[in-house]
Amino acid sequence: MNEADSRLARWLLGLAIIVPAWVLIYGHLTEFADAMISLFGLTRENRLGEAVHFFFYDTPKVLLLLTAVVFAMGIIHTFVSPERTRAVLSGRRLGLGNVLAASLGIVTPFCSCSAVPLFIGFLSAGVPLGVTFSFLISAPMVNEVALALLFGMFGWKVAVLYLFLGLLVAIVAGMVIGHLKMEPHLEDWVRAIQAGSAAPVDHASMPWAERFAAGWAHVKEIVGKVWPYVLAGIALGAGIHGYVPEDFMASFMGRDVWWAVPAAVALGVPMYSNAAGIIPVVEALIGKGAALGTVLAFMMSVIALSAPEMIILRKALKPRLIATFAGVVATGILIVGYVFNAVL
Amino acid sequence: MKNVKVLGSGCAKCHATVDLVKQAAADLGVAIELEKVEDMAAIVGYGVMSTPAVVVDGKVVHAGGVPDKAKIAGWLA
Repeated sequence: MNEADSRLARWLLGLAIIVPAWVLIYGHLTEFADAMISLFGLTRENRLGEAVHFFFYDTPKVLLLLTAVVFAMGIIHTFVSPERTRAVLSGRRLGLGNVLAASLGIVTPFCSCSAVPLFIGFLSAGVPLGVTFSFLISAPMVNEVALALLFGMFGWKVAVLYLFLGLLVAIVAGMVIGHLKMEPHLEDWVRAIQAGSAAPVDHASMPWAERFAAGWAHVKEIVGKVWPYVLAGIALGAGIHGYVPEDFMASFMGRDVWWAVPAAVALGVPMYSNAAGIIPVVEALIGKGAALGTVLAFMMSVIALSAPEMIILRKALKPRLIATFAGVVATGILIVGYVFNAVL
Repeated sequence: MKNVKVLGSGCAKCHATVDLVKQAAADLGVAIELEKVEDMAAIVGYGVMSTPAVVVDGKVVHAGGVPDKAKIAGWLA
């Protein structure tokens, strides 16, 4: 057996042990939380007990889900490079191009620190501006961390709803920007640039052992980065869960408060957090009567309209294009918030 | 002597990549000419869309993440 085969065998053996263990633990989370509070001599009858129970139930649940989803996404990333996505989108017209771009935004590896080279790389390869924006909006907003957390805390219906509405905002916003013909509002050096077409990394022949290793590297990178936010978020959430009175939030974040959605979006822009820190808080707020649409609008705004990303993009876009981008996306999020509140 | 360029505009991963390349070169005992390319237009000029990326003797060998040490050793050898 050669070395590559034995590495793959080790991965498969490891997964054969870890996957059933994962399923077993995930199925017994309530028992674990019950055991933890009785260990501290608490019961769920009082507030402290309820808060501690929330913490010990949600923490392992969220971390387990996060690890599984991020691992899977790390493997998917080895199949979808930005170069490949660009080749798929090149020369597409508005409409179908936007749908493709937003969908590929979910699975293509993306970091807001390389938003500018990616943006220019797309444009110079003949991807239309509006299609590029659909990608750029969807990639950070509809990400695996957000979806895993929403699934863990609100169930699959809310996760799927977020997925579709996030895609919808990205698609429609990109089409609007495309129709506005904003190309003259790119910085001059961007329009002058001729990107090289070197296709550096070819992942097609990557062995599976390396794909698994990439998945694990992704877990170490993402989960290693977000776990403190998750813990802080859950701790804050646990506090709200145990101590804030029922229906407290209904008075100013409830569905009957018309200004709650715009206020939530405006509040989200200067805040820079990732989905991991914000969702546990969101869950606790909803438990106290905040409307789901308002809270999701807040979350989308925090993730998709972050001030730091705009500052990075400012290198390539003139202020009018940045303002248009922010305005169109904010409008989309507002509509999502209101629709959610009206329907649910 | 090999010319190694690390492309990326000042993100934490780019610094990590520069350090790794330096370390790998030292471990192997090979002299390299190491450059950091932070100019966005130059980065895009290499056809790179995700940073950090590594260019060895004018050829893009890596993009989109911190490369592992074994890979770097392979480029320098």
